[in-house]
Amino acid sequence: MNMPFETAKLHDCRDAFTAMLEDLAAENHAIVAVCNDSVGSSKLGGFRDKFPQRLINVGIAEQNMVGVGAGLANSGKIPFVCAASPFLTGRALEQIKADVAYSQTNVKLVGISSGMAYGELGPTHHSIEDFAWIRALPNVPVIAPADRIETAAAVKWAAEHDGGCFLRLSRVGVPDLLPEDHVFELGKANILRDGDDVTLIANGVLSHRAMIAASLLEQRGIQARVLNMASVRPIDQDAILTAARDTGAILTCEEHTTFGGLGSAVAEVIVDHHPVPMTRLGVPGVFAHTASANALLDDFGMSPDAIADSAAELLTRKG
Amino acid sequence: MEPQELRAVANRIRRRDLQAVYEAGAGHIGGEMSVTDLLTALYFHTMSIDPQAPMDPDRDRLVLSKGHTALALYVVLSEKGFIPKEEISTFLRPNSRLNGHPNRVKVPGVETNTGPLGHGLPVGVGMATGAKLDGAAWRTFVITGDGEMQEGSNWEAIMAAAQFKLDNLTLIIDHNRLQQGARLAETNDLAPLRPKLEAFGWAVDEIDGHDMAQICHALSPQTVVAGRPKCIVAHTNKGQGISFMTDNVAWHHKVPNEEQYKQAMAELEEAAG
Repeated sequence: MNMPFETAKLHDCRDAFTAMLEDLAAENHAIVAVCNDSVGSSKLGGFRDKFPQRLINVGIAEQNMVGVGAGLANSGKIPFVCAASPFLTGRALEQIKADVAYSQTNVKLVGISSGMAYGELGPTHHSIEDFAWIRALPNVPVIAPADRIETAAAVKWAAEHDGGCFLRLSRVGVPDLLPEDHVFELGKANILRDGDDVTLIANGVLSHRAMIAASLLEQRGIQARVLNMASVRPIDQDAILTAARDTGAILTCEEHTTFGGLGSAVAEVIVDHHPVPMTRLGVPGVFAHTASANALLDDFGMSPDAIADSAAELLTRKG
Repeated sequence: MEPQELRAVANRIRRRDLQAVYEAGAGHIGGEMSVTDLLTALYFHTMSIDPQAPMDPDRDRLVLSKGHTALALYVVLSEKGFIPKEEISTFLRPNSRLNGHPNRVKVPGVETNTGPLGHGLPVGVGMATGAKLDGAAWRTFVITGDGEMQEGSNWEAIMAAAQFKLDNLTLIIDHNRLQQGARLAETNDLAPLRPKLEAFGWAVDEIDGHDMAQICHALSPQTVVAGRPKCIVAHTNKGQGISFMTDNVAWHHKVPNEEQYKQAMAELEEAAG
């Protein structure tokens, strides 16, 4: 509760992903990595050096990549299928549906450089639809870790989980938020900071912005609860409803379109069970312009200041 | 099993398939008739499989990528003992596990869920890669339709299989020259298939896909070329065994009326005798 967090040192969560994957693969020979000419951008160079046979690079061919992952799972392997998130999820969406979700195969989908990490490269390379696409499919948990610690914990969980999942990772540096001994639990949110006036729910690179926003709100005399909601599906219904009852107002922020992502998932729970005023921050159903990921988040109203302003405004709608 | 016995099994499978399509009022009878001899040879001659242990890690794998011909696979699985023979009568009924496309979670013996075309070969590449990683001897077989080869995902998989030197993978193309809406030649003509596969580094056999001796020979491990994935271009006829369906594009998923059903069954029974 009210965990302190560092803002000085930023970490690339891909490093945590590959470090944990290499550790797990050293012990479990069933673990393999599959990629699409993305050894560098997936940071799989170390894995390739340690386990050259177990790095399966299919070339620039994402549909085949996901199918190969499903086939490897059929033969008893635990494949981590890694690619830039827009191409993994969009290009191979039907393979994810039929070969992974419907076939219930043990494929770990790892979408890297998700959200607007490739900000300057433009909307073809932005991945702000992936929550919605994958969240619509049964059998594939959708997980967006907030820092290097949660990334490592989620990778460990994924390797031990008997079934598929989608891990959504960024390449934009984030500070540590969670304690070093954090254990990932599917469908469980973490309260990063407690408060009674409003709840900020975020995941991925937005969680630390929500924490800064909560500090800014405190300066205005507003006590904000911050829920880190890595698990978008299944979502932590209990934590959401408790927050709705305790604080009476919920604001979500996500590096995703406001259609079908974290905000939508939270709103579904709220509408069904305990309606309270809500604000959903995200990309409002447009293709983003080009700028760095952090600048884009600022431009779409998700700077810490803007999040705090939105939360303060939301409070005026409480009954 | 010898070719003569295999022919008898295939004929029995065709008759049961025809009856099930007629009774269900749906199915993909044309492509089921073209693929039956290939499936029969695989399950009753070539593949090492045990209906009592459908998930044996050392089993050979068959992926029916042309999943719309699921009924032919279901009848084969029932003949082989994976599912009860009487269950075929539930095909397409509400809540039956025998729906229009195969489901590995529900039906023992099915390796991956298929239906959308162009999925089976990539999955087969993953299976064969897994076997190679383990140094295992089991083989992977994938059956696609010829029209299905228009899907780009297949060519992604064809490149990868050659690059990975998957000589434990066999792609069988059910080359019946017809797709759903028209002849292959009138749509996006991939024929001749052999030079295209060879250009990608595959070893290719071209056979009569209704000649059991030729099918069994092409599937035998002795014909595998070390370091190369294998493609069998099986020349077949849509509607094989039934005169008025053969090579007729109308019978992709048409259902015979009573008169047509009786004639078709009579022709198959005559061939069986």
